[in-house]
Amino acid sequence: MPGITREEVAHLARLSRLELQAEELDHFAEQLDVIIGAVARVSEVAGQDVPPTSHPLPLTNVMRADVVRPSLTPEQALSGAPAAEEQRFRVPQILGED
Amino acid sequence: MTDLIRSTAAETAAAIASGQVSAVEVTQAHLDRIEAVDKKVNAFLHVDTEGALGAARAVDEKRARGEKLGPLAGVPLALKDVFTTKGIPTTCGSKILEGWIPPYDATVTSRLKDAGVVILGKTNMDEFAMGSSTENSAYGPTGNPWDLSRIPGGSGGGSAAALAAYQAPLAIGTDTGGSIRQPGAITGTVGVKPTYGSVSRYGLVAFSSSLDQGGPCARTVLDAALLHEAIAGHDPMDSTSIDAPVPAVVEAAKRRDIRGMRIGVVKEFAGEGYQAGVMQRFNESVELLRELGAEVVEISCPSFLLAMPAYYLIAPSEASSNLARFDAMRYGLRVGDDGTRSAEDVTALTREAGFGAEVKRRIILGTYALSSGYYDAYYGSAQKVRTLISRDFDAAFAGVDVLVSPTTPTTAFPIGERADDPLAMYLADLCTIPSNLAGNAAMSLPCGLAPEDNLPVGLQIIAPAMADDRLYRVGGAVEAALNDKWGHTLLEEAPAL
Repeated sequence: MPGITREEVAHLARLSRLELQAEELDHFAEQLDVIIGAVARVSEVAGQDVPPTSHPLPLTNVMRADVVRPSLTPEQALSGAPAAEEQRFRVPQILGED
Repeated sequence: MTDLIRSTAAETAAAIASGQVSAVEVTQAHLDRIEAVDKKVNAFLHVDTEGALGAARAVDEKRARGEKLGPLAGVPLALKDVFTTKGIPTTCGSKILEGWIPPYDATVTSRLKDAGVVILGKTNMDEFAMGSSTENSAYGPTGNPWDLSRIPGGSGGGSAAALAAYQAPLAIGTDTGGSIRQPGAITGTVGVKPTYGSVSRYGLVAFSSSLDQGGPCARTVLDAALLHEAIAGHDPMDSTSIDAPVPAVVEAAKRRDIRGMRIGVVKEFAGEGYQAGVMQRFNESVELLRELGAEVVEISCPSFLLAMPAYYLIAPSEASSNLARFDAMRYGLRVGDDGTRSAEDVTALTREAGFGAEVKRRIILGTYALSSGYYDAYYGSAQKVRTLISRDFDAAFAGVDVLVSPTTPTTAFPIGERADDPLAMYLADLCTIPSNLAGNAAMSLPCGLAPEDNLPVGLQIIAPAMADDRLYRVGGAVEAALNDKWGHTLLEEAPAL
């Protein structure tokens, strides 16, 4: 299994919305390479005919009755917002200027 | 009641119910203890003096009215800062949630309140429960009350340290890869990871949803059982909550008879990397189980050797998705919103400033494991390992009632020793991870001090899913026999703070 490069880590950080500093990137690339080297041992079982387990419980589609229940008030829901306006979360611009 | 802070939760509840002492007196004694020692220990991130005294007063008033009190009414508790508490800060040990005041209670929080348990405050933890030493907290490390220069385990180091420092007789932790059991072992206290799905995750800030499980921490097996009963049980607010009766754990803790039980020693949890003194105490515990009338056999679970690699793919994968909610839009920190930056840039700057190194490493690792091209080799294989581990457990439990192993390969290591060596840190959870991957139940309880460093060693007991009572039956018997042998509890050997 190949190791991980600094460029790959930079790409993954962008995908993960992490604005890493250059020194951080150097350090993480080195550490992640060691970690991935250690966890790659799981691929020993890759060829085996074993069903995957994603969850310890055999549950699917747990439903509840479609009835109105008490919920947070708008004030409560917005109480932790970094910025709010007119009972809404105020966010930085999402679309470009042009 | 001669010593309010050293009594067990069971004794304290009985004394309050009989009117020997008031809940307010008990709570004040613990608040005073926190005030006296927490500058050294740093177990608490937030102490809710008013709320605690108010809850205690409510218990005293209830008693004065002649109403029946629950089995833990008026007993103080330290709550891991990963459970939401309405009106009380919840940080998960992270800067990204500094100052956040949740508008709702977790189910665990509301069940504790309903039981009349007095919540003293919120305890320190590795950021978002990622770590084995509590050094990954953004609010400074917690000291181990046995030796303040050493780690108290993690991620629930604050909860375990609060117990060992007599700041609270009860605490709540969460266990994703060992975060209740490993701190329990490291601090000489009792910690239980209940069966996955038996304690509600509603209001537990998610790290790895298929592994996270809240559970009780205490100084005695019986106290852990009482707390287990208070928090476990079906919750419609958690879609992975098991709709089945809670096993009779309190009754099991009191039984103190393991004659005829079949106990398996996991062969794979020994050898290189295991401290000599840890193995010595563990082997003595196995001998004790025999003396108490259990039938002990050696069991091989070969796939457990792949548990750590599988865990460090599955948990980061789920974390990378769960932690995407910290986007600087609805709650928590927002950095760089100067009117010119886009939402995406603000999110990236905020996450960079708000998350610590271990959280960033795991988000990147998880994103890597889930990316196309690597998914089958890493995440897919890890899920197969998970199946193999469950099969090993099934085969083992076909022949024995419980499995035993050391809880951790070593005793508490010095603060700083593994802080920047993630792989060395991950080894602390070698023995605890398989139970998370399989979703079964496991306990750690103190079984002595390692001769070479005089630090606590934990004995791990593992039971099949929904057979949590077996942990308490074995744990209760071992604890009673060891306390008889020592003439006191292990914690009484801890140095004064």
